[in-house]
Amino acid sequence: MPKITYKDTQGISKTIEVENGLSVMEGAIQNEIPGIDADCGGSMACATCHVYVDDKWFDKIPKAEDAEVDMIDMAFEPKKNSRLSCQIMVSDELDGLEVTTPEKQT
Amino acid sequence: MKKTDVIIIGAGPVGLFAVHQLGIKGLNAVVIDNLDKVGGQCIELYPDKPIYDIPAVPECTGEELTTRLLEQIKPFKTEILLSERVEELREEKTNWVVKTNNKKEFIAPNVMIAGGVGSFEPRKISLKEAEKLEGKSVFYSVRNKEQFKNKKISIFGGGDSALDWALELSKFSKITLVHRREEFRGAQHTLSEIKKLEKEGKVSIKTPCQIVSLDNERDLKSITIKFDDGKTEKIPTDVMLGFFGLIMKLGPIAEWGLNMNKKTIEVNPENFETNKKGIFAAGDICSYPGKLKLILSGFHEVALASVECFKRARPNEKYRFEFTTSSKTIKDRLGKK
Repeated sequence: MPKITYKDTQGISKTIEVENGLSVMEGAIQNEIPGIDADCGGSMACATCHVYVDDKWFDKIPKAEDAEVDMIDMAFEPKKNSRLSCQIMVSDELDGLEVTTPEKQT
Repeated sequence: MKKTDVIIIGAGPVGLFAVHQLGIKGLNAVVIDNLDKVGGQCIELYPDKPIYDIPAVPECTGEELTTRLLEQIKPFKTEILLSERVEELREEKTNWVVKTNNKKEFIAPNVMIAGGVGSFEPRKISLKEAEKLEGKSVFYSVRNKEQFKNKKISIFGGGDSALDWALELSKFSKITLVHRREEFRGAQHTLSEIKKLEKEGKVSIKTPCQIVSLDNERDLKSITIKFDDGKTEKIPTDVMLGFFGLIMKLGPIAEWGLNMNKKTIEVNPENFETNKKGIFAAGDICSYPGKLKLILSGFHEVALASVECFKRARPNEKYRFEFTTSSKTIKDRLGKK
């Protein structure tokens, strides 16, 4: 199973195995990773699963759709490498992916 | 204090349909919502985006759905209180009393929480100085545009609110529009008008950049923004308006002693009652095994909950299941012959 690393702004990181086909958000929720709220449950209707994708991975994951980029406008302190973790689907290609959760979601 | 049969919290699609399901059973309701308009997430998040999974409606927008629901509940002449936030809930014998932030009180045997993911509140900037200046020179909404006359205004955001206010306030103030990326998601025709004003020197547009600091003594003097390439710029500013979208906060509901599961309220899926008798939750805010956050699920939930509401509001009457097609009583309530 692909390994995904979730870091927080303090630098504390946790690496977990996430099943292929789940989203990076679901991987976090199922493993009780703090810092990801996912209020809307993965429907791109909120921005509370916002993460910063590690620079070396950002271009390797499929690009965000317009609706996602629009929603990221509403996230807490969005940056250039911001994504909604509910829209990043885990696959073997993403083995080793690193994301950082923002200081807060709301 | 006003008495009714059911106090509905939330005027989203589920709260509105609850009015219908209660209304056809002869129950009165009042609806309270923190937003200034009905429709909830449908209106706030996707008024012009299509929805494809409302049964028998192959496609409609969030706004159309809201308009149709309002049409559907018109016969019941239900009071809908907007821009009003529910603050307190207390028990009074077999009734519940709900109090809003404007000190309005309602009493009813039933409370239906159809609050979605909570109430919408503007997202604020996280700079410490912003908190001190909020309401004086930092704002997240425009209540009275007169106070923004002949000022140097920096507007943040890329949506319709940011664009609309940039355009409106440019009539009498100097506007700087700042957004974190090149693309604006607001209406393109508003954007092209603003681009025209930019050429005339009435508006200046700064993208892609974000705020770094607010520079103030007692009043705001300027703001500093940083472009993606690392360059910074100081912009003389009297007023900063931030339109960073809305966040949803559960608010006081979380303090009512209801069994919660993360940010949702646990309910009995037979009648959508919470652990407190007479308090129901439906729509996105409720949770039970297999729960799906779909509008259609919310419709089903309020239909079942309304039966239990009837039993509590009319303890001496027998509930009779009826079809709208054939029931004369329901037709009367709907004003149909």
